[in-house]
Amino acid sequence: MAERPEDLNLPNAVITRIIKEALPDGVNISKEARSAISRAASVFVLYATSCANNFAMKGKRKTLNAGDVLSAMEEMEFQRFMVPLKESLEVYRREQKGKKEARKDKDKKADSEEQDKSREEDNDDDDERMEEEEPNDEEEVDN
Amino acid sequence: AEMAARLSENRLVSLPLSRIRVIMKSSPEVSSINQDALFLTAKATELFVQYLASYSYKHGRGKEKNALTYTDLSHTAEECETFQFLADILPKKILASKYLKMLEKEKRDGEVGGDDEEEEEEDEAE
Repeated sequence: MAERPEDLNLPNAVITRIIKEALPDGVNISKEARSAISRAASVFVLYATSCANNFAMKGKRKTLNAGDVLSAMEEMEFQRFMVPLKESLEVYRREQKGKKEARKDKDKKADSEEQDKSREEDNDDDDERMEEEEPNDEEEVDN
Repeated sequence: AEMAARLSENRLVSLPLSRIRVIMKSSPEVSSINQDALFLTAKATELFVQYLASYSYKHGRGKEKNALTYTDLSHTAEECETFQFLADILPKKILASKYLKMLEKEKRDGEVGGDDEEEEEEDEAE
């Protein structure tokens, strides 16, 4: 499967913003440095994915799950990420749950009113939709 | 916990999940990725960018000029074990003139039978 080179890159503006947040105010970041960090980030994703996939395969699963990614971070010696990652995951799960419930309510209303009209509105959130419909069979639920 | 989880502009994650997903899927052995795993990878990547940048700045010489330079990054890849997986994509730079000198020296050493002189240290092109 051939990807165009730019598809494997992350957006420059976002990378730059993240870098600036990590450095003291006013520090200059050369274009070369920014570009290098962006490439490093893509390599990091690949490395992390490969590592996480090993854990999934060990567990005889075909779907990468949250636990696999966390295990990968530990394996790659990024233990310092564990706490912020787990905290973020909690917030993310709550947000996703909230969104799902909001959609359910929206759909319920639509069913009792005009069905076709609300279907059209839902198509705007293409990316979000795509992500929500991914199989979540391996999802861990911490209660 | 919620405050700590948020980065730029109070968003939970800034890197686009769709793009992260494209990169992850370019890995041939990966079949599917659960939503949480995708989010965590994106978030981890942001943490990684911050760590790489701040570590390199702290340990590098760029800060003498109030900057983060490519050289700072390549030093990090070479010297810090955690970042060694980046060594190939962040190679050290060398002035062309120095490189040519090195080649000439190696050739001379080959002819004379080798000296105990130390190899010239690599210099970086700025």
